[in-house]
Amino acid sequence: MITPSNVLETHLKNRYRRGTFWKVAFYLSTVVAITFLILLLLNIINGAFGYVVVENSIDPVSLEVHGRTLEEMDPPELIGILETHLSRGLIRRYNHEMPLEERSEHEVLQLVYERVVAPKIIKSWTLFESLLQGSAIREWKASNSPQGILEFRTWLNLNFIRSPQSPTPEFAGIRTALLGSLWMIVITILFAFPVGVASAIYLEEYARDNLMTRIIQVNIYNLSGVPSIIYGLLGLAVFVRLLEPVTSGALFGLTDHSTASGRTILSAGLTLGLLILPIIIINSQEAIRAVPQSLRDSSYGLGATKWQTIWHHVIPSSLDRILTGTILSVSRAVGETAPLVVVGASTFISVDPNNVFSKFTTLPIQIYQWTARPQAEFRNIAAAAILALLVLLLSMNGFAIVARDKIRKKRRG
Amino acid sequence: MTPNEPEYIITIKNLNQYYGDFLAARDVNLGLEKNKVTALIGPSGCGKSTVLRTMNRMNDLIKTARTEGEIFFEGKNIYEKEVDPVEVRRRIGMVFQKPNPFPKSIYDNIAWGARINGFRGDMDELVETSLQKTALWDEVKDKLKQSALSLSGGQQQRLCIARAVAVQPSVLLMDEPASALDPISTGKIEDLIDELKQAYTIAIVTHNMQQAGRISDYTAFFMVDDNRSGYLVEMGATEQIFFNPSDKRTEAYISGRFG
Repeated sequence: MITPSNVLETHLKNRYRRGTFWKVAFYLSTVVAITFLILLLLNIINGAFGYVVVENSIDPVSLEVHGRTLEEMDPPELIGILETHLSRGLIRRYNHEMPLEERSEHEVLQLVYERVVAPKIIKSWTLFESLLQGSAIREWKASNSPQGILEFRTWLNLNFIRSPQSPTPEFAGIRTALLGSLWMIVITILFAFPVGVASAIYLEEYARDNLMTRIIQVNIYNLSGVPSIIYGLLGLAVFVRLLEPVTSGALFGLTDHSTASGRTILSAGLTLGLLILPIIIINSQEAIRAVPQSLRDSSYGLGATKWQTIWHHVIPSSLDRILTGTILSVSRAVGETAPLVVVGASTFISVDPNNVFSKFTTLPIQIYQWTARPQAEFRNIAAAAILALLVLLLSMNGFAIVARDKIRKKRRG
Repeated sequence: MTPNEPEYIITIKNLNQYYGDFLAARDVNLGLEKNKVTALIGPSGCGKSTVLRTMNRMNDLIKTARTEGEIFFEGKNIYEKEVDPVEVRRRIGMVFQKPNPFPKSIYDNIAWGARINGFRGDMDELVETSLQKTALWDEVKDKLKQSALSLSGGQQQRLCIARAVAVQPSVLLMDEPASALDPISTGKIEDLIDELKQAYTIAIVTHNMQQAGRISDYTAFFMVDDNRSGYLVEMGATEQIFFNPSDKRTEAYISGRFG
């Protein structure tokens, strides 16, 4: 018996309806995800730009000599200004850090602005407030701070990236944190990439499929899900405490005298290396597994040894995926905060790291510190630092994509 | 069989090939005569590819594989402990079903095998002669630096044969080398096999009976039993197997009654 066509028709309609329902559900999920991403980005941008009212302790115009502005003055003149306006004790302290005469013109000028002109941000507004309530802001300024200067501030600017950490938000920058992040990432990559890829090659190409291998494999999968703070505790116990002679640099005579402990870039980099090691191993294993058997067969068929097959065919064929996975996990490491808190990232540090045995701070730590401060301006610079971190992450990911495509193109001709 | 004593370059004796507990080919005995083409035919799953792959120890690469019996190559059992499978594979080359050139230039595809085997001669010359032997030289001589993957399927397969030839083997094992190709490319491969038997002993697995009839001197017919194990039914001169088989099953298969 043949089903009547009207029954078929309603059935078909139901099938289409079911399909449409799921399509809409998938679409909505995507919309939710994108909406939250956009909100996050807007929130950050909202904080990183906006009007501020600045009041100077001393009007820079009053410091001008014969109509020459501070920018046009020579360092000796600027030092003269510093010496007239600052207490002797403070001058002595600066000289102790680094004699004023030896500092660059930019640094001295910066000091004059920071200490003598000493602008203070009375009030700041977010980007949306600045855009929507312009007149209200001007009114507030006229009635509350007639002598102040109302200006639109881009918190993320060149000075912000170039300046070291400072207790006043107007002069605080992320140079130390950025350098710390970069140093640390180099260590992380140098440790995790070779070790991770080598383990993956061993597990995929050499290890026999026995109980031991399976236990190791399961553990690697589990390790990739362990909370990062646990890695921090491990790093604290092993790198900071146990291996202190190595990680503090004492063994090489390179100890940072201000700390002389294992809380260094090296410890942090190795800890994060451990954190992403399982991810790199799993990802590399998958990349190696994706190399077609036919390629190995053709290599073996020509009388190649196992190592020749791995070196000439398996690694080059999987390298693009291995690199992509590595950079993605390194991006994750760049954004990590918790393990570094445990390993002992410095909360306030204004000295650039100069080797792997230096004290350090990183961008996420810096952001975390700033968001915890009560003054509103710290939230602005935190937003600016988040933007900087995002740019760093995006450029790393972009680099990964370009590198992968290059390798792929080279191999596919 | 030929009236005078044939010279076998490979002799398989009482071969049992297992994958784990599964017996894929049982009690196989056959020989490859020097400078002849031997075709291995039979229905799917009859173990013909398995047998082919035992001849240069390619099955060793499968972790669960286990081989029993003896395979003599130039008088020596290649499954003896002191024999290095890497050396066996250089002397007994292999061409696979799907063309699988390396993702490298045409030149490097030929040169790589020779290079890793420690070839110390004129590489350009080796590449040229290898490509000439496979009738590919005229088609690719102007684009040796191009990727091998830019070639057509048939050209890729001839490149794979040229690559195998370049490491100077004495036997070539071909596992359905034309099954993924169009009829014209297939014809070229068949012509090539006819050429190559002057210098090499060739064993070819094929699903195509006409092909086996056209190119082979000897034919081995395999079947699969109730335990899914493959076994050799009979082997003989191709003409005899095709026109005067001694086994009824062979006749049934050849005439297309099953398989």
